[in-house]
Formats: sequence, structure tokens, C-alpha cells
Amino acid sequence: METWDLLRNVWYLLVGVLLAGYSVLDGFDLGIGALFPFLAKSEDEKRTLIRAIGPVWDGNEVWLLTGGGALFAAFPLAYATVFSGFYLALMLVLFALILRAVSLEFRAHDPKRRGLWEAAFVGGSALPALLFGVALGNVVVGIPLDARTEYVGNFFTLLRPLPLVFGVLGLCAFLLHGSAYAALKTEGALRARARTLARIMGMAVGAAFVLSFVAVWVYLPGALKKIPAWIFSGLVFLSLTFFLSALGKGKDGRAFVFSSAVFLSLWGVVGAIHYPNLVRATDPSLSLTIANSSSSALTLKVMLMIALVGMPLVIGYTIFAYRVFKGKAEPGGEGY
Amino acid sequence: MDAVFLARLQFGLTAGFHFLFPPTTLGLSLLVLIMETLYLRTKNVLYKDVSAYLVRILGVVFVMGVSTGIALEFAFGNNWAAYARTVGDVFGAPLAAEGIFAFFLESVFLGILVFGRKKVSPKTYRLSAVLVFFGAHLSGLWIIIANSWMQTPAGFRMEGGRAVLEDFFKAALNPSTVIRYVHTILGGWTTGALVAMAIAAWLLLKGRFPEKAVLLMKASLAVFAAAAVLQLGSGHAHSVQVTRTQPEKMAAFEALWETQEGAPFTVFGIPDEKNGKTHLAVRIPNMLSLLVHFDPNGKVLGLNEFPKEERPPVFLPFASYHLMILFGLLFILIGAVGVFLQARKKLPGARRYLKVLLWAVPLPYLANEFGWISAEVGRQPWAVYKVLRTSDAVSAVVPAGNILFSLILFTLIYALIGAAGFSIILRTVKRGPGDEQAEAQKGEA
Repeated sequence: METWDLLRNVWYLLVGVLLAGYSVLDGFDLGIGALFPFLAKSEDEKRTLIRAIGPVWDGNEVWLLTGGGALFAAFPLAYATVFSGFYLALMLVLFALILRAVSLEFRAHDPKRRGLWEAAFVGGSALPALLFGVALGNVVVGIPLDARTEYVGNFFTLLRPLPLVFGVLGLCAFLLHGSAYAALKTEGALRARARTLARIMGMAVGAAFVLSFVAVWVYLPGALKKIPAWIFSGLVFLSLTFFLSALGKGKDGRAFVFSSAVFLSLWGVVGAIHYPNLVRATDPSLSLTIANSSSSALTLKVMLMIALVGMPLVIGYTIFAYRVFKGKAEPGGEGY
Repeated sequence: MDAVFLARLQFGLTAGFHFLFPPTTLGLSLLVLIMETLYLRTKNVLYKDVSAYLVRILGVVFVMGVSTGIALEFAFGNNWAAYARTVGDVFGAPLAAEGIFAFFLESVFLGILVFGRKKVSPKTYRLSAVLVFFGAHLSGLWIIIANSWMQTPAGFRMEGGRAVLEDFFKAALNPSTVIRYVHTILGGWTTGALVAMAIAAWLLLKGRFPEKAVLLMKASLAVFAAAAVLQLGSGHAHSVQVTRTQPEKMAAFEALWETQEGAPFTVFGIPDEKNGKTHLAVRIPNMLSLLVHFDPNGKVLGLNEFPKEERPPVFLPFASYHLMILFGLLFILIGAVGVFLQARKKLPGARRYLKVLLWAVPLPYLANEFGWISAEVGRQPWAVYKVLRTSDAVSAVVPAGNILFSLILFTLIYALIGAAGFSIILRTVKRGPGDEQAEAQKGEA
């Protein structure tokens, strides 16, 4: 029983790591997608931005698929409740991701409908960037579940104040991260625009975080008693300060590191106030926790072995790929 | 329309559309690997150009596979929540493993193939082709593991109405995994290779890039002919396994109503489920027994052997299974004629054969889909064979109207990206394997 408990905790952490990895990696290309019309003014600039993310966005999105797969495998009951309960909202995310996945390749090869695919790229990036936070806010603040842990709310139940504020915070964090990456990978007027947006988004993340803090205070007062949540909140502000200072000094690489740190600290806050829940229920006795929604000890053990063998390799060759494509992006060359 | 029907229709549509792309990826990634290896060995730039051409097509096919694959992972949670709750302990792990072991590999190194030709050494580029090939095939393995567990579940016990993993290797290497994997991969090679042959044929017919077209034709014909012949063996082995592990499914494939010693193979017929008869049947006596038991008088179980509520539908599995076999035999013929023409050095000028290749492109796709339909409809009424009924696997909280709504949107979006993707692939093909060479000459001069 003790090993099982340990494994559940490890997998809670690992699912978190995968989702945090997703937001740090795919986060910047979602952010660039959502900011695309504000960043790039000419076709050359658009191509530069697309080439900055072209070779890597797909690998980045695999973090979401793997995070989803890990959630399914490690906590199938939570996966089932959330995915069937948030049906229409997740369908919107899904359709956005489907269109976004083909949009860049199609935009390059289908000049007649370039506008359509560009809109798919922008919308397909902005919508998930907003809705991820809304979904997370819901499972954190608590959703109405019945005795069989089936969701009994509706679409509008999802649009309560705390989830909406979390959605805005998430969106701002994606935009911050996207503009930081754009600044790092581009030059000239494009970089200047990215830096301006990054500064604005830095302030916006700070403001949205304060708003989220208030929302948590009002709707989840118990969370204020958790010490780690205070520590991670401090790290959010510390990372933001360092981000703005690095940006001010023109150190784009360092700024990008700190925008990643902002994201990771935000995940730290969520983990601190949410643990050991996966899905908090309005009636706390019905909440899905690591204890009542996980897979068997054997499944968790097998998965842990798979992750221990596989993930170091993934991280290794992902770093290799980023090194291959390091440096500023250019509008021309191979690929799309 | 009830939720179960709509959820099945949605999964069928989304999985069926998705299944156009991964098989193509399997075959094309093999051909890219072959071309890159030949380029590295011979330093002949023509191979590099052909490879770059295939990589451009592969890039489009791959993003369509990625884009349509996301929906399937989501589906197990949104439409099939009871399924996820009941068997998630066993079924989730292969999906997560696919991401960790295969999908990352494929995506990251395809990024290098598409964008990185000039940024890495030729050896690293070839290594990337190896890893894309490897990733694509490993990805297929984990998906087939998951799907085969639905057909022939093993390595688990039932506890409080939920399947609990008991032995990972028994679950992963369940009685149908290996043969279904081989069968699916060979189907993919046949598909990708026939697409490549048709492209080469089109270039030859138009008189464009004849040298490169011949190289592409030779390599893809070799893969196609070999895969088509091997597929006959793997298909046979698969049907022997189905007879052993899912006898009612084989009975449906063959519309065999009564148990028989010395059962015939029904070449043609129209199964009539109401009356338990096959109209206009053309049968080869004792052939089915011989095929599945290697004994002309072997006993094959008929549908009437099984309780009515545990029998699969008959018409759809029967028809799709037989069409698949018909196309499979046709592929062997196409491959044999190609090898014959090639041996007599007449292939590049054999215009009629080249035109046949153009028209044959839809066939491997149809064969893949028919094989998949017969496998999955033949599994009914079970989501997981003898463990969980399909009707008990759907989400309790999702109203039929929501499924219908998402189904309509899926149809519209897939029609849009299907049409756009198809025209983009055509355009990429029409550009020909040319730009690269001009660039290379400039570089060398």
C-alpha cells in the first residue's frame, strides 16, 4: 500500500511536469500564434516568425498528447470525468488544435487560401491558450459531481469568476512567453515589436496574477494556509521582475529563461493549492484525489519505468534539435 | 438517434479519416530512409533530390495525421468515459508510451528532415531519417497494442467492475498483437510504396525528371512487390489467429451460419442476417477449413453457435473482409507485372502499366479501411471482447445532441482539411523533384 501511495504521488508530480513542460515549450508557439497579427506586419516578417517555430512546434505539442496520455493512464477516473464533463469546451479546444496543426504547412502551400489558414493559426492558438486556464481553474475551484463522480453542471457552470480569471492569467502567460521567444529569434523591427509586447505582457501577467490571488482568496480561502503556495507566488513575482530587468537590458535569452520560470512557478502555485486533488468537487467528499482515482500500483510502476527510460531520451534529442535550429530565424530556406 | 450510435459513428469517422495518413507515413518514411541510405553510399545527388521530394510530401501527410490523431485520444475521455473508467488501468499506458517512445521521436526528427538539410551533416540527416522511420513504426506498434488488447484482452483481472493490470507483457503482447502489427505495417508499406510508384509513373508519363522517376520507381516497386507478397502470408496467419481467438468474428467474415467440418470459403455472396442465409453464394468446398486449420475437414464454428446478443453484424464484416482480400490479390498482380516489366527493362516505357498505377492509388487506402472495418465491426457487440459491451462504454453525461453537434463540426472540418490537404499534396507532387537540384548545382559551382 505504501509503494502505491508513493507511486501516485510521483505520477501526480509527473503529470504536472508534462503539462508544465507543455506550457513552457508549446507555450511560446501558442503565444506567437495568438500574437501573430500584432507581431508581424509584412510577409517576410510572417515567414520569419513561422520559421522560428516551424521545426519545433510539432514536437512541442507532443507534450500535451503525452501529458493527456499520462493523465489517462495514471488517473483514468479523473480523465473520464473531466473529458466527458467539459465536453463542449474541450471540443472547441480540439477543433482549434486540429486546424492549427495543419495551418502552417497549408498556409505555405495553399497561397489562394493563405488568409484562411493564417486565421486558423491565430484562432487555433488563441482559443486553447485561453481555455486551458479556464479548464484548470474549474478543476481547482471545484465542479459539481454526483455520487458516481459524473459531472452534473453544464457549459455555463464552467464560466465562473475564478476559472475565467485563471483563463486570462493563462492567456497572458502564453502571450508573455510567445513574445519573449519572438524577441529571441528575430531582429530589427520585428524584435522591437516583440520586446514592446513582452514588456506589456509582463505587466499583464503581474496584474492577472494579483486578480487570480484575489479570486482564490474569495473562492478558495483554504488555499491561503498552504505555505508552498506563498513561496511559489513569491517566485512568480521574482521571475517577473528578473524577466523585465533582463528585457530592459536587451538580454533576450535570459528574458526567455525567466518567462519559462514564470510559467513553472505558476504551475507550482497550482500544484500547492490543488494537491492532492485531481478534480475538486463542490462537495469535497466527492473530490477525485490521487487516492481514489489512480490506476493500480502495477500500472503506475510500469509507466514509471517507461517514463524513466523514455523521457531522458526525449529531453536529450529535443535539446539537440533546438541546438540545430539555434540562432535568429530567417524568412527563406528549406521547409515552409 | 441514440448516443451509442452517434458516438460510434463519430469514432468511426474520425478514426477512419485519420487512418488515411499513418499508413502513408509508414511507407514514405521507409522510402525516404532507402533514398538517404543510397545517397550516403553512392553520393549520387539524384537520390538526395528524390528523398527531398518525398520529404515534402511526407511533411504534409504527417501534419494531417497529427492533426486528426489528437481527436482519437480525446475521444476515450469525452465520448467513451465509461470505457476509460472500466479499462483505463490497462488501456491508458500504451497511449502514454506511444507519446514517450514514438511520437516525440517522429516529430522532432521530422522537423530536422523538413527544415534541417543544410544545418546538419549528411550522416546526421540520414540518422534523422532512420529515427523518423523508427518513430513512425514504433508509434504504430503502441497503437496496435492498445487496439489488439480490445480484440484479445489478456494480462488483467476484473476487480469491482474494473479491469486491473496483472501482467504488462501479457497485456501488450496479447494473442493478436504481433500478427496484427505485421499486417498493419505491411499494409502501410503497400500504401506508401504504391503512392510513390504512381508519382514516378506520372513523372514518366509526362517525361519530367526521367532519371529521378526511374530511381523512385525501382525502389518503390521493390518495396511494393515484396510487401504485397508478404501480406498474403500475414493475412493468412491473421485469419488463423482470428479463428482461434475470436471464432464468431471469423464466422461473420465468412458468413458461416452453421458449424461445419470441411467448411467452404465463400468467394461471393450476399449475407442475409435475418434469415441466417447467404444469397447468390459462390463457394469453394472445404477451402475455409483448409485455410484456417490446414485440414480440409477441420471444424469451423458457425454464427448459430453463439448467443444472438453476442454475435457481430455479418454484412459489413463479410463485405469489407472480402474486398480487402480481393485488393490484396490485385496488389500481388500489380507487383508481379511491375517486376516482370522491370526485369525486361521495359518499365519506364510501359505506358499502359504506368496509367494503371495512377488509377490504383485509391485501392490500398480502401484495402486499409476495409481491413479496419472488418476488424472493428467484427469485434462488436464488444468494445473489449467479452469484457465490456460497446453500449456500456459511452459517456453517461454527454447528451446525444452534443455528440451530434461535434460530429457535424468534425465532418465540416475534416472535409475542409481533407480537400485542402489533397490539393496541396497534388501541388507538391506536380512541382516535381526539381528545385533541389538547381540549388545543389548553384552550391557546387
